[in-house]
Amino acid sequence: MPSLNDYLILSAVLFTIGTAGVFVRRNLITILLSIEIMLNAVNLSFVAFGRAFGTVEGQIIVFFVMTVAAAEAAVGLAIVIALFRHRESLNPDAFTALKW
Amino acid sequence: MLFYFFGALAVIASLLVIAQRNPVYSVLLLITSFGALSGLYVLLDAPFAAAIQIIVYAGAIMVLFLFVVMLLNTPHEDTDADEKTHPMLRPGPMRFGAAMAVALLGELAWALSRSGPSSTFSNTPVTSLSAIGYTLFTDYAFQFEVTSVLILVAMVGAVLMARREDQPGEKR
Repeated sequence: MPSLNDYLILSAVLFTIGTAGVFVRRNLITILLSIEIMLNAVNLSFVAFGRAFGTVEGQIIVFFVMTVAAAEAAVGLAIVIALFRHRESLNPDAFTALKW
Repeated sequence: MLFYFFGALAVIASLLVIAQRNPVYSVLLLITSFGALSGLYVLLDAPFAAAIQIIVYAGAIMVLFLFVVMLLNTPHEDTDADEKTHPMLRPGPMRFGAAMAVALLGELAWALSRSGPSSTFSNTPVTSLSAIGYTLFTDYAFQFEVTSVLILVAMVGAVLMARREDQPGEKR
C-alpha cells in the first residue's frame, strides 16, 4: 500500500512537469495544457490529504478547482483565438506590443 | 501495485504532452494522463473525484481544447529554429527554464523528505456521495453559488473576446 508521501511525491513530479512545460514550450495551447497538468497535480495532493485525514473537504476543493480550471480554460482559449486572429501565430514571443 | 502503474502512466503521458510538437497529440496524451489520475482517485477511495475527473476534465475541458486546436489549424510551432530542434533541446532561456523546473523538483523532494515516514492510510474512508453533497450544499453553499457567478463571468468574457470585430451590421 502506498503511503501519503508516495502520493505527494507523484504530485510534485507532475507539478514539475507542468512547470517545465510552461517554461520550455513556445506554443500558447501547450502552455495552457501545462497549466492543466499543474492544476491536476494539486488536485491529486488534495485528494490524498483528504483521504489521509478522513474528511470530504479534499474532494470538495477538487470540485472547486475543476470549476476554476474550466473557467480559466474557456477565457484562456478565447484570448488565444483573439491573439491568433491578430498575428496568425501561437508563439508567445510574437506578442510584444506591451514590451518596453 | 496499481498505484505504480497509474503513477507511471500519468508521469509518462504528461512528459509526452510537453514533448510533442503537434498540439492534437498533446491534448490526447493529456486525456490519457487524466484517465490515470482518475484511477489514482479510485485507489484513494474518492469515486466522486474520479467521476468528475473523467466527465468534466477529460470529457468537457479537453474537448474544448481539441476544438480550439482544430479551429486554429497550426499543428507545428511556426519558426524555422523550432522546426529543426526538438522543444526539449533548445538553447538559452528554455534551458534555463528547464533548469528552474528541475530545481523546483529538488526543492519539493527535499521538503517531502524532511517530513519523516508517513504511514499508509488507516482511517476509514469517506466515500459516500451523500456526505459530499451534504457538506457541499451546507458548509460550502456560499462558495458554490459564487462558483456559478464565476462560470457566468467566464462565459460572457469568452464570448466577448472570441467575437469577430468586423461583423457586418455591428455598430462600434
